[in-house]
Amino acid sequence: MGLESHLGDNILTTTLTAMVNWSRASSLWPMPFGLACCAIEMMAVVAPRYDLARFGAEVFRFSPRQSDLMIVAGTLTYKMASVARKIYDQMPEPKWVIAMGACAISGGVYNTYSVVQGLDQVVPVDVFLPGCPPRPEALIHAIMEIQKKIKKETL
Amino acid sequence: MIHYLPILILFIVAVGFAVTNIGLSAILGRQKPTAEKLSPYECGIDPVGSARERFSVKFYLIAMLFVIFDIEVVFLYPWAVAFKSLKLFGFIEMLIFLGILLVCYFYLWKKGGLEWD
Repeated sequence: MGLESHLGDNILTTTLTAMVNWSRASSLWPMPFGLACCAIEMMAVVAPRYDLARFGAEVFRFSPRQSDLMIVAGTLTYKMASVARKIYDQMPEPKWVIAMGACAISGGVYNTYSVVQGLDQVVPVDVFLPGCPPRPEALIHAIMEIQKKIKKETL
Repeated sequence: MIHYLPILILFIVAVGFAVTNIGLSAILGRQKPTAEKLSPYECGIDPVGSARERFSVKFYLIAMLFVIFDIEVVFLYPWAVAFKSLKLFGFIEMLIFLGILLVCYFYLWKKGGLEWD
C-alpha cells in the first residue's frame, strides 16, 4: 500500500486536511449564547457531572474573537436577533452554530410577534438540537455531530 | 557559567516556539477581515459614542485615597501570614502603623476629603 509499506510499522501517514480537521474538532471553543432555560442545561454540560472536557470543548469563551462554535440556547426574540447576527459575524472563520432547544429551532411554543421562528432565519445553523430543554447528554451529542461534520470538511 | 547553559537553551527554545507559532499562524492563517469583525465587541450591540470619555476630577481624589488604604491592606497581608513568628513585636509595630494611618484618616475626614459634593 504505497508509502506506508516502505516506512514500516512505526510511522503513520495522513493528509493535512485530516490533521487540521482533527485538531479543529478536538478543540472546539464554544461561545455561549444563553437566552433562556436551555442555558442552564448548557452550564451543566461543562460542570463535572457531564464534563464536556472529555470531548475537548470545555473552554467556553465570552468573546467571539476566541470562539468557533456558537451555541444559541433558548428563545431568540427579534430584539436579540441582530445581536446574535453581530456576534456570529464577529467570530473568526471557521465557525459553526448549534441551535439548542425547541425555541431556537422553530420558536417553540412562542408562536408570537416577538419571537424569531427559527434561528436559521438569522444565522446559518449546523446542528438543530430538539428538546424543551434538551438534556445535557443531548447537547454533548450535538457537539459530537459538529465534530463529525468538521472531520468531513475540506480545507 | 557553563552550568547555566541549559537555562539558556530552554529560554531559546521557549521563545523560538512562541515566535514560530505566532509567525506561522500570521503567515499561513487565512484572514478575512470584515467591517463587522473589526468592530469593537459590545456584547453584540452597536457601540455608542467614544470610549474616550471625560471623567470628573473628583475621581482623582477618590483614586488617591484608594491607593493609600489599598497599600495599607497590602502591608496587612504579609503581616497576617507571618503573625505567629513576629510575635508581640510585630503586633505592636503594626498597631503603630495602623495608628498613623488612622490619624491620616481622621485628618482626611475633617478636611472633607470624603465628601463628594
